[in-house]
Amino acid sequence: MTNHWVDIKNADLVIVMGGNAAEAHPCGFKWVIEAKKERKAKLVVVDPRFTRSAAVADYYAPIRSGADIAFLGGVINYLLSKDKIHHEYVKHYSNATFLINPDFKFEDGIFSGYNAEKRNYAKDTWSYQLDKDGYAKVDETMQDPNCVFQLMKKHYSRYTPELVSKVTGTPKDAFLKVCEMMAETAAPNKTMTILYALGWTEHSKGSQNIRTMALIQILLGNMGMAGGGINALRGHANVQGITDMCLFGANLPGYLTSPNEADVDRKTYLEKRTPKALRPNQMNFAQNYPKWFTSLQKAWYGNAATDKNDYAFDWLPKIDGAYDTLAIFERMHQGKMNGFVCQGYNPLASIPNKKKVGDALAKLKYLVVIDPLTTDTSEFWKNHAEFNEVDSSKIQTEVFRLPCNLFAEDTGSFTNSGRVIQWHWKAADGPGESKRDVEILASLFLKLKEMYAKDGGKFPDAMMGLTWPYRIPGKPAPEELLMEINGKALTDVLDPKDKTKVLVKAGEQLGTFGLLRDDGSTSCGNWIYCGSWSQGGNNTAKRDNSDPSGLGQTLNWGYAWPVNRRIIYNRASADLAGKPWDAKRTLLKWAGGKWVGNDVPDMRPDAAPEEGVMPFIMNPEGVARLFAPAMADGPFPEHYEPFETPLDKNPFHPNNPKATSNPAARVYKGDMEVFGKAKDFPYVATTYRLVEHFHYWTKHSKLNAVVQPEQFVEIGEELAKEKGIASGDKVKVRSMRGFIKAVAVVTKRIKALDVDGKKVHTVGLPNHWGFKGVAKSGYIVNTLTPFVGDANAQTPEFKAFLVNIEKA
Amino acid sequence: MALQSLDIARRSATTTPPPGVRQTTEVAKLIDVSACIGCKACQVACMEWNDIRDEVGSCSGVYDNPVDLTAKSWTVMRYAEVEEKGKLEWLIRKDGCMHCADPGCLKACPAPGAIIQYANGIVDFHQENCIGCGYCVTGCPFNVPRISKEDNKAYKCSLCSDRVAVGQAPACAKVCPTGAIQFGSKEQMKDYADKRLVDLKSRGYDKAGLYDPQGVGGTHVMYVLHHADRPELYSGLPDNPSISPLVGLWKGFAKPLATVAMAAVALGSLFHYVTKGPNEVSKELEDELEKEDAK
Repeated sequence: MTNHWVDIKNADLVIVMGGNAAEAHPCGFKWVIEAKKERKAKLVVVDPRFTRSAAVADYYAPIRSGADIAFLGGVINYLLSKDKIHHEYVKHYSNATFLINPDFKFEDGIFSGYNAEKRNYAKDTWSYQLDKDGYAKVDETMQDPNCVFQLMKKHYSRYTPELVSKVTGTPKDAFLKVCEMMAETAAPNKTMTILYALGWTEHSKGSQNIRTMALIQILLGNMGMAGGGINALRGHANVQGITDMCLFGANLPGYLTSPNEADVDRKTYLEKRTPKALRPNQMNFAQNYPKWFTSLQKAWYGNAATDKNDYAFDWLPKIDGAYDTLAIFERMHQGKMNGFVCQGYNPLASIPNKKKVGDALAKLKYLVVIDPLTTDTSEFWKNHAEFNEVDSSKIQTEVFRLPCNLFAEDTGSFTNSGRVIQWHWKAADGPGESKRDVEILASLFLKLKEMYAKDGGKFPDAMMGLTWPYRIPGKPAPEELLMEINGKALTDVLDPKDKTKVLVKAGEQLGTFGLLRDDGSTSCGNWIYCGSWSQGGNNTAKRDNSDPSGLGQTLNWGYAWPVNRRIIYNRASADLAGKPWDAKRTLLKWAGGKWVGNDVPDMRPDAAPEEGVMPFIMNPEGVARLFAPAMADGPFPEHYEPFETPLDKNPFHPNNPKATSNPAARVYKGDMEVFGKAKDFPYVATTYRLVEHFHYWTKHSKLNAVVQPEQFVEIGEELAKEKGIASGDKVKVRSMRGFIKAVAVVTKRIKALDVDGKKVHTVGLPNHWGFKGVAKSGYIVNTLTPFVGDANAQTPEFKAFLVNIEKA
Repeated sequence: MALQSLDIARRSATTTPPPGVRQTTEVAKLIDVSACIGCKACQVACMEWNDIRDEVGSCSGVYDNPVDLTAKSWTVMRYAEVEEKGKLEWLIRKDGCMHCADPGCLKACPAPGAIIQYANGIVDFHQENCIGCGYCVTGCPFNVPRISKEDNKAYKCSLCSDRVAVGQAPACAKVCPTGAIQFGSKEQMKDYADKRLVDLKSRGYDKAGLYDPQGVGGTHVMYVLHHADRPELYSGLPDNPSISPLVGLWKGFAKPLATVAMAAVALGSLFHYVTKGPNEVSKELEDELEKEDAK
């Protein structure tokens, strides 16, 4: 979330789209109800199903799953053609005025630079025109045909209400009603918040779904505002934390990127990642990248990382390809992996195409499962009748189950969706032989180190050089770990402006990442968490909920990254002169020669408005990107069909088969062949969670099983009638990759949609069931889903694929 | 669960007048259906606080689970899909004991002290005195009490009388994530409802209203409904509930006779218990009760 949970109460309009907040985030949803009750806010839900969120909404609009960009692109067209935008904000705080390379093209669904064979783009034409100083050229009048504003206007002019309705299945009047409600928040003192989750990410164009809404929020001037922002509601209580600490092999902690084989030394690595400002006077905060990275190396390798050995740069693994989960299971499936350590993860149930995942696991020599519960994955080899029909005698994989503690049996921190890091204390001891995750990993490390010491090995340095400064080496304490992640001064840190002044004494905890250095004098395990455990103590354990502004800005409750800032881009909540757009919801203002207010300023505290330092400080432009060259699949979001589409073409580009589905999404050999076609699998399927359960955990808990005991699928009344299915009947749902059987719930809440002249039905598939637990055994829903992901993040396309259904 | 005896206002099948020296504030639970997302946290909290686990059932083609109130599920969410003039609404209502000011169950109960009404308005079952006759089921205009097959005693929501006695809100109100379940004095709850109704009317729900049916003297569980003119839309919430005339009969001219009969029954039960063991509901009585239910 750019904003935070409590801030939802400050919104005038709440959009729930690409998620179902009431279902998946019932506790956070209280702030939506609060906004409605206390602020007279309106709630709008756009979803293929009339959800629990829709049950309390002021307005609901149906949409075909996988058509969000068509809908939101239509909103952009509405805002631009009706001139319902926040002009000053767009002109000054976005790259609308920037001039783009005249060779940039978009033709029949494909951007310039496309390589059909590799399914990727060369992005050299997706660039700014630069002046002699290397700064981007701008046209303040925004009339130049190559300026971002004009290009954007042209790009989305195709998204007419008629075409939008034809593609999305949303009735035109419903679509226009939502446009109208959103447009009202173009007023500087009105804000809209968007709450989304996996309903946007789990598509082959997931990142662009979110970006399209980001464009809308920039046009409306809702970024950086109280009650605004782009708000991803994260899943597991600490999934924000794991993303921050480096969820993917392609990342290092704090969203630094892993070195690859082309990064031959530290200098090369850093040069590529340290941007130069693209406009004069901008903070270009990422210019500090060398400080973050060097301090990380010092946290990992301690005294062994010196300027003599390039701060141990060579000891880091160099990425030689993709290491997202789909890529990992593809490698495993190709027999290229021996072992797999599976910690807090149930991939047999969580990764698309269960058959492929099961086959892949069967090719391993060994599988280590670290989990508090008996996962389905840990029994992938065992025959569980119809729910897992395997021949155990043919599987040789050795499986080790290491029972670990649950979160309530351990002390540590949680980072919530709002980036607030909160310390939690152990509530009970774990049962039996269970151990803390950290203890299991520490013992594993110490054993490996011992083996290297004894037997040597090909490359012992990285293992032997790792610093391990914990009081009890086999049991690092959570407190020690957060202190290490926060970082400390290794030698006295001096004021660069006055070298006689010591800012932090050697050995002291750092209070902010502004103190990090690239000369080896500081260590920090994750720059964005710097400040969470300062010299004053554990800031994540703070529990003062006083809220002087009444805006929910409880700065002394836990600690938010970065630097305890609760709403990022908050400089954009004030106009160029530093006057808040809405005085009643002041986050900060320029007063008395500095930025003051109800949040930690997202701005240099003494940057006077006339200096022209713009609010989006992480971008070298200083402004928000309406045109974003960093995306893999296009600088402007474009509608593409899901890989399994109920239409045989993309109605936006009916004559270009290359532009039917995301041209830049990666598809592995063998997976394209098992994508289904509408003639065999005519119905759009979408998977989702239910409020009664959490993923595949709570099927182990009796209370959860009592309130939602048995697997079901949801279909509309019209489809049920066509197929002769009654509520409560057992049905079989098939995709190109397998089938599941479950009880049918026939509902008015899923309607057939009129899409491109066809009637399109949706089949709803709740997750949660499997063959281990106290709930009734069920089929793993991901038996059905396709093995393809988003072009940028590789998040699998769980939300839109094709199935057929019949009475079982 | 007994609150202090000073708080008892009425006791089933008892003629002794209740204590009257203490003034107690009337309490109420307000269920704001317009803020309810049907998350079932209340169902789970109810099972947790009362330390009861219902059975893992099955899906019968609806979201409702358990599908009905049971001796172990004292509250359930009921989900109604209502579509009128092209507008769909998913009306989700938390069902359970309404804690009537004029409780039909208590009036119908022949077992002394099996049903208690406290001065704060809570109607509570004292299972140790329950004889399992099922008259409370007949007497209830909301079809709430359930007889356990395990011990043949009647069970229902106690409005967490044990929590309320020590100044805590009922478990369901405590956990409700959206504030759809509010708890306080009956007056406070009516004031709160008034505010909600202003909001709902501003959103176009002209018929929004408070459900506090006077046919049972008002209730200590009330609903804010978007369509108060048609409570039946909410999974059959009765429009104008009243106590079955049979109970009136029992409490009216038949009562003196019944008291004699009751004494005989009690004596008979004692002999029955001593000679045959615990009671079981006869087939005939069950049939009779079902017939009553159907009405």
